[in-house]
Amino acid sequence: MSNFFIIFEPMEDGSQITEFGKVFIYLIVGTFLVLFTLLLGKLLSPRKPSSAKSSTYECGEVARGSSWVQFNSRFYVIALVFLLFDVEMVFIFPWTTIFGAADLIHADGRWGWYTLAEMFIFIGILLVGLLYVWKKGDLEWIKPNPSLPSLPGTIPLEVYENINRATYKLRPFQTTNKTEDVQSDKPSALAKPAFKPKFVKKDS
Amino acid sequence: MSTSTQTDSGIVVAKLDDLLNWARLSSMWPVSFGIACCAIEMMGAMAATYDLDRYGVFPRASPRQADVIIIAGTVTFKMADRIRLLYEQMPEPKYVISMGSCSNCGGPYWQHGYHVVKGVDKIIPVDIYVQGCPPRPEALIGAFLELQKKIGSEHIINEKINS
Repeated sequence: MSNFFIIFEPMEDGSQITEFGKVFIYLIVGTFLVLFTLLLGKLLSPRKPSSAKSSTYECGEVARGSSWVQFNSRFYVIALVFLLFDVEMVFIFPWTTIFGAADLIHADGRWGWYTLAEMFIFIGILLVGLLYVWKKGDLEWIKPNPSLPSLPGTIPLEVYENINRATYKLRPFQTTNKTEDVQSDKPSALAKPAFKPKFVKKDS
Repeated sequence: MSTSTQTDSGIVVAKLDDLLNWARLSSMWPVSFGIACCAIEMMGAMAATYDLDRYGVFPRASPRQADVIIIAGTVTFKMADRIRLLYEQMPEPKYVISMGSCSNCGGPYWQHGYHVVKGVDKIIPVDIYVQGCPPRPEALIGAFLELQKKIGSEHIINEKINS
C-alpha cells in the first residue's frame, strides 16, 4: 500500500518517476489548468452585475413560489415501465436491419431463423416483466386490488368507530386567568425542563 | 485587424483585444429561442443544409451561456417582458439580432396590430437587423457575418483598462 505514496523511485542512475507520480503530475496540471482558466475569465471578462441577471432562469418567466413541491411517487413506476418498452424498441430497430439482410441470408440460410429465435427470446424476457407489472396492477392508475394494511390486535374495529362517531361537548374558549391558576398550583412542575442532557464521565 | 489603437496601453493590449475578438466571433452562441415563423427559418439555418455551426453558431438552452439572442418573430406585448428578462439574464458582452419584419418594426401588424410591439428595439438594443418576411437562412447567415465584423472591431480590454 505504501507504493501509492511514492512519487520518485530511487534508481542506480538518479531517480525515476513512478506510475503514481504520473497521476500526481496529472492532478497538479489539471488543477492548475482549471484555476488558470477561471482566473483568466475573471481578469478579462466585462462584468455588469444586476439583480435581474442573477435572478432564476425560468424561460423568461418571473420565478415565483417554492420549488419544493410534492410529487407522486407512483410516477417512478411509470418511468420504469416506460423503460421496459423503450429498451425493447431501441433493440428491435437495429435488429430489423440485420434480420432481413439479403447477403447474410444468402451466405447461410439459417441466419433468418437464428435472428428470429433470438428476437423472440429477447421479447420473451421483456414479456415476463410486462406480465409481472400487469399482475401487480401497475398498468392502471387506480389499482384494481389494493392491499390494505391489516392490524392484528384484540381491540375490535367498532371501538375505534364508536370513538369517531361520538359527539363531544365543546367547552367555552377562554384566554385569561385560567392558565395562571394552573401555574400557581404547581410552579415547580412547570419550571422543570422536558429534556435534561446527561453527561457520562468516561474515566470512571 | 485593429492594431491602430491610439492609447497608452500599446500593442500588447491591442493584440490581446484581437485575440479575444477572434475567439468571440468564432463562437457566437445564440439562445435557443424562437417566437414565430421566422424561427422556422432560423432552425433551417442551423440545420444541415445551411449549417450555421460552421461559424461556431450553436444554440444554447440557457441565456447564461449565450452571447447572442435572435429575436425571430412577432414580439407581442405579452412576450416583451419575457424577452426583456431573457436579455437581462445574458452575461456581457451580449448582442441582439432582430430577425424579420415583425421584430424590426412590427411588420404586417405595424398599423392595426393592437398586441404587437412596433419593433423589438423599443425594449432592448438591437445590433443587427435582418430584413424579410421571413428572411431566408442566407440572410440570417449574413447577419452573423455582419455581427462578426462588429465584434472584430471592438476593444473590450481597452475599455476595461480605461474605465
